[in-house]
Amino acid sequence: MRMVRYVANKFFYMLVSLFVLISATFFLMKAIPGDPFTSEKKVPPEIKARLYEQYGLDKPLYHQYFKYLGDIAQGDLGVSMKRLNQDVTHLIGQTFSASLKLGVVAIIVSVIVGVILGMLAALYHRKFIDSAAMVIAVLGIAVPSFVVASILQYVFAYKLHLVPVSGFKGPLYYFLPVAALSAQPIAFIARLTRSSMLEVLHADYIKTAKAKGLSWFAILSRHVLRNGILPVVTYMGPMTANIVTGSVVIEQIFGIGGIGKQFVEAIGVRDYTVIMGITIFYGVLLMLARFITDIAYVFIDPRIKLSGGKEG
Amino acid sequence: MASDHNMNLKPEDFLKIGVDEKEAEVIQRESLSAWQDSWQRLRQNKMAMTALVILGLIVLAALIGPLFSKFNYYSNDLLHTNKPPSSDHWFGTDDLGRDIFVRTWYGARISLLVGLAAAAIDLLIGVIYGGIMGYFGGRVDNIMNKVSEILYSIPYLLVVILLLVVLEPSLGTIILALTITGWITMAWIVRGEIMQLKNREFVLASRSMGAGSARLLFRHLLPNAVGPIIVTITLSVPNAIFAEAFLSFLGLGVQAPIASLGSMINDSLTGWLYYPWRFLFPAVLISLTMLSFNIFGDGLRDALDPKLKK
Repeated sequence: MRMVRYVANKFFYMLVSLFVLISATFFLMKAIPGDPFTSEKKVPPEIKARLYEQYGLDKPLYHQYFKYLGDIAQGDLGVSMKRLNQDVTHLIGQTFSASLKLGVVAIIVSVIVGVILGMLAALYHRKFIDSAAMVIAVLGIAVPSFVVASILQYVFAYKLHLVPVSGFKGPLYYFLPVAALSAQPIAFIARLTRSSMLEVLHADYIKTAKAKGLSWFAILSRHVLRNGILPVVTYMGPMTANIVTGSVVIEQIFGIGGIGKQFVEAIGVRDYTVIMGITIFYGVLLMLARFITDIAYVFIDPRIKLSGGKEG
Repeated sequence: MASDHNMNLKPEDFLKIGVDEKEAEVIQRESLSAWQDSWQRLRQNKMAMTALVILGLIVLAALIGPLFSKFNYYSNDLLHTNKPPSSDHWFGTDDLGRDIFVRTWYGARISLLVGLAAAAIDLLIGVIYGGIMGYFGGRVDNIMNKVSEILYSIPYLLVVILLLVVLEPSLGTIILALTITGWITMAWIVRGEIMQLKNREFVLASRSMGAGSARLLFRHLLPNAVGPIIVTITLSVPNAIFAEAFLSFLGLGVQAPIASLGSMINDSLTGWLYYPWRFLFPAVLISLTMLSFNIFGDGLRDALDPKLKK
């Protein structure tokens, strides 16, 4: 029962946040001076009135607002302002697959590399491997992803010719964008894993497991890793946000035709409907990731006590 | 015989030494305030101190660096475009022939300004909002906390981008946009600290002597929460600097001829495979700045946390 309340509570919050974001996009769009049909060409007032009627712009504001909400609920994000007959939902659908592939690979790589790095650092605490891993972690957090991307591109693609400079046509094309995208998440995950594993390694139940005569491998995989990896689960939400926003820049640098590239281009020409549409899409994606993280964490860690979904 | 030797004692040897009560009260070691204690711990952290020195040098160079060059940050020189570093242009020139040495330090100044201003506004709003939440508690806290939670769950960079698309980007609007939801973390930190502190005895003592809410909050609660607040600031400055660089990338950062480190990096990317110096100097500087802020912030957190005392 508590579980149901917790999930319902989190879900309700997600909906409210989403509603705030969508409302913000609507009113900000209305705040922009001019309207979609403001152009250099003089348009006869009759035609303008006709256009307004067709797009519902002659109706009062609240009417437009509710229509906007209704359309979005049905998955209709409107039509591009700059490109003729380009449906925004369709545009997102077309470009999503490239971004999704890149994002999923980056998430998987981040988790695997980050956890391994953090684990090694914890097991060889205060040894060379520990310092080396933490130097990598600090660098990963401090160096912006577009700097990492540019350097990787210069060294591995331009100088060494190991991988293509840009594009997204096959497995080889994944290396650099994935490395650039996952640099920061790897650093965060490594730090999280390291500190929580250090704590776990000194816990009494590890001593008990050793005393029972369990093999080192069994202790590591059954006890240390399972408990040490918990904080990483909480980071899944922020990590998705990190990778999604990161992909906006990375897609641009490596010329990958994903949503991020569309977003940057739309911002460049101020194609407001596309900007708002992609913002809402990103918003839904990231809030869902947060929601799933919140839920997953309670399922994974039985020690968490639910008190009406309120955190301290 | 050995015992004979020991028998050779004088009566004064049996005088009572006693405890000089005045002597016992003498303070042998210098007494340290909490701040001095933290400072000592911080000084022992070599990494953090190095970061602090580097930060100091960066700030100094950003302030006075451009004075050493005969160039300014905005003049074009179309006869000397994309020149590599030389004795004339120490860091080379960009595609419009502008001096990169001057622009780098000038850009650092803008990036630091954006970071510090955003952190200062976050601090102001966060302390007020978080202070009210933590101090009053109950229903006020409940409602204000829910509002902040809803705002927080809207992805940060999306809000910033949305605002800057509508408001035209300038230094002021960028800082405004960066703080629109940036203050929430600070508010939560302040709230947590104050909730913890407000039931302590010294607060009760002050209250029983008739101190009002304002006095309690500003004399007793906030000064005791300064440690975590400072750490949050040190870690939020690099975040703002990064966010500004990210915005530059979308063309929503500071507009030319003003430069920030982020906008210089973005400008350099069109041809940087051929003119690497245009990318290298601002990129190294922004990385170094963020690295130093992060390391120093971590060190500061360790130094201010008495639980880590050895």
